[in-house]
Amino acid sequence: MADKPLRITSPFSDADIAKLKTGASVLISGIIYVGRDTAHRRLVQALDKGEKLPFDIKGQTIYYMGPSPARPGQVIGSAGPTTSSRMDVFTPRLLQVGLKAMIGKGDRSPAVREAIKKYRAVYLVATGGAAALISKSIKKSETIAYEELGAEAVLKLTVKDFPAIVANDIYGGDLFEQAKAQYRR
Amino acid sequence: MREIKASKITEAIARLCQSANFELGEDALTALKKAEREEESPLGKETLRQLLENARIAREESLPLCQDCGTAVMFLEIGQDVHIVGGDLNKAIEKGVSKGYTEGYLRKSMVRQPFSARINTKDNTPPIIHTEIVPGDHLKITVMCKGGGAENMSRLGMLTPGAGRQGIIDFIVKTVDEAGGKSCPPVIVGVGIGGTADKVMELAKRALLRSVGNPNPDAEVAELERELLKRINDLGIGPGGLGGRVTALAVHAEVMPAHIASMPVAVNMQCHSTRHKEVVL
Repeated sequence: MADKPLRITSPFSDADIAKLKTGASVLISGIIYVGRDTAHRRLVQALDKGEKLPFDIKGQTIYYMGPSPARPGQVIGSAGPTTSSRMDVFTPRLLQVGLKAMIGKGDRSPAVREAIKKYRAVYLVATGGAAALISKSIKKSETIAYEELGAEAVLKLTVKDFPAIVANDIYGGDLFEQAKAQYRR
Repeated sequence: MREIKASKITEAIARLCQSANFELGEDALTALKKAEREEESPLGKETLRQLLENARIAREESLPLCQDCGTAVMFLEIGQDVHIVGGDLNKAIEKGVSKGYTEGYLRKSMVRQPFSARINTKDNTPPIIHTEIVPGDHLKITVMCKGGGAENMSRLGMLTPGAGRQGIIDFIVKTVDEAGGKSCPPVIVGVGIGGTADKVMELAKRALLRSVGNPNPDAEVAELERELLKRINDLGIGPGGLGGRVTALAVHAEVMPAHIASMPVAVNMQCHSTRHKEVVL
């Protein structure tokens, strides 16, 4: 069995982030924002033009995800993580303005890993493909920006016990490298 | 000559798109259960447990296994004695995809003008259509819903004959290693060897339609599959890329003749959510 998961609440303070160490299992509750490829491009374009972001990013979490449509009566459709590395080119800029946590799947670039240490943030991974299971932890979903992007719009989610694992922490820990070191033959 | 109505094809494809997205095949489930028993890494084991639980929820509640409901890839085996009536075959297929994805609340992921505007087509069309004319009067339709994350990590290697068997192995293992956790391991690795640049990629994709873990009937190819699976699982990437013994559930290789100057090799990566269903009309 993996260690007993740690219950955490988003948004996060620096003190909250300091407690999260690579390899730890967590259950996230609170508010998380959803954004992927095109939304990231637009967020960074807005910052470059000196415009306000559609939400206050300080202390917040972004989940890399594009859900399937909700059936009538459902909060959201299936909602698993997408590949994080596609967001790598935009991520340091968002960390610089206060983003504290990201949830996705797969490893990050060296530049993002450095930025995570520098700006004291955390990268978490959720199980890729466990989309129906993960949807059960999402209690509320509203579109707050870029509605025209459909599955790529920015959503504000209220989650309860969303399961994830700490991949990169402020101490330079990297779960993907540790995993290879331990299991590679 | 046997007549098949285009509308029947539309209905069949709509149903297959949905069942592929809601019901993980028994072959994949069996392979995941075996992996869950054998995995040594605690995080890897937990990941596999979540995937089995996810498959149960998806089936019971008609929820997509993955939010990425994929590009709709069609393989049609058309008997030469079949006459399709009452409409255009390609339009009938497209209509089936549109209906299946819309009515099934599946995510529409196709965008027009991929290098610039990237505007969603809103009904997951167009599908990718492969047709083959064969003897007989049947029509076999296979629908594969292929996720973008794994497809992105697929590679083509135009190796030359001097690279030999070892060159093929090194190329495939390197491709899987670079994919890491991005292609949602435990993966199924589709391999094509031979043909031309275009044909070998199709061969690798078709290899993914085989029941998970069934070996190639050719003993030499089956031996290559076994060796590749061992090398890949020694990478230690593990379920979700979080470390472990099970990086791939299977390696499926298909081989065809090649030009004297060439040795093309293709790797088509498939995530654990290997969604494909077929019907014979």
